[in-house]
Amino acid sequence: MELLTNIGLNHYLTISALLFGFGLFAVMTRKNAIVILMGVELILNAANINFLAFSKFNGGMEGVMFSLFVIVLAAAEAAVGLAIVINIYKIFRSVDVSAIDTMKE
Amino acid sequence: MNNATFVTIFYIFAAITVFSAAFVVFSKNVIYSAFALLFTFFGAAALYVFLSADFIAVTQIVVYVGGILVLLLFGVMFTNSIMQADLKTDVLHVVPGTLLLVVTVGGLLFTFYTTGTWKPSEVQLQGSVVERIGIETMSRFVLPFEMASILLLAALIGAAFLARYDNVHNNEH
Repeated sequence: MELLTNIGLNHYLTISALLFGFGLFAVMTRKNAIVILMGVELILNAANINFLAFSKFNGGMEGVMFSLFVIVLAAAEAAVGLAIVINIYKIFRSVDVSAIDTMKE
Repeated sequence: MNNATFVTIFYIFAAITVFSAAFVVFSKNVIYSAFALLFTFFGAAALYVFLSADFIAVTQIVVYVGGILVLLLFGVMFTNSIMQADLKTDVLHVVPGTLLLVVTVGGLLFTFYTTGTWKPSEVQLQGSVVERIGIETMSRFVLPFEMASILLLAALIGAAFLARYDNVHNNEH
């Protein structure tokens, strides 16, 4: 009971481990490229929660700063990823990653 | 705010985050996944507030919910015909995926809960970090900050170039 009511580092790490696992599952099993991108976002959010939790309990600012950069990189990744997905859709008329098996039109 | 309220609110937001993340992954409908991702991002932002990173929480809402999620929804609507019923997506490698999920989460949690105890610092982050973020950005982290700005410029030019409307390509067909 003490473990449950005293919110510590392990609680945040548990949430982030679950988010990471779900993201990994999405990346590994889904066929739709957009859902795979959503899984990547989940993984990045899990990393962010880890950064901020360790920063909070360490008292330093490094984790906070790097979580900010992770958000910036996630925005860039989503923009480029979706541009590539839309190009794939233009060429193959599908975003099913298991159907896309050639590098030429 | 006493401790019981704090703990209750923490668990509510933790549950929102984890269950909507599970819904993102296990839902068959892409639109449902996108809207469940909205709740995951909001729940994660609330957890950031618990970690006394209020600026990151606001950035999370502005960038993820206002930017990335809208972009993902545009992607869904571009690449699927909403009127058709085939908005659902299949899954492949379910058994290896589930195995990987269970092994990864189980291994991480086993490591967290069994190997020793964390030793938190005497001085933890308290209150608002906005001012300290400003100072750190302009002093110790000025090089990563500039690199991030160049990378964003390059990535956005690249994305606009990749996804542009191709006149020549359309005339050929």
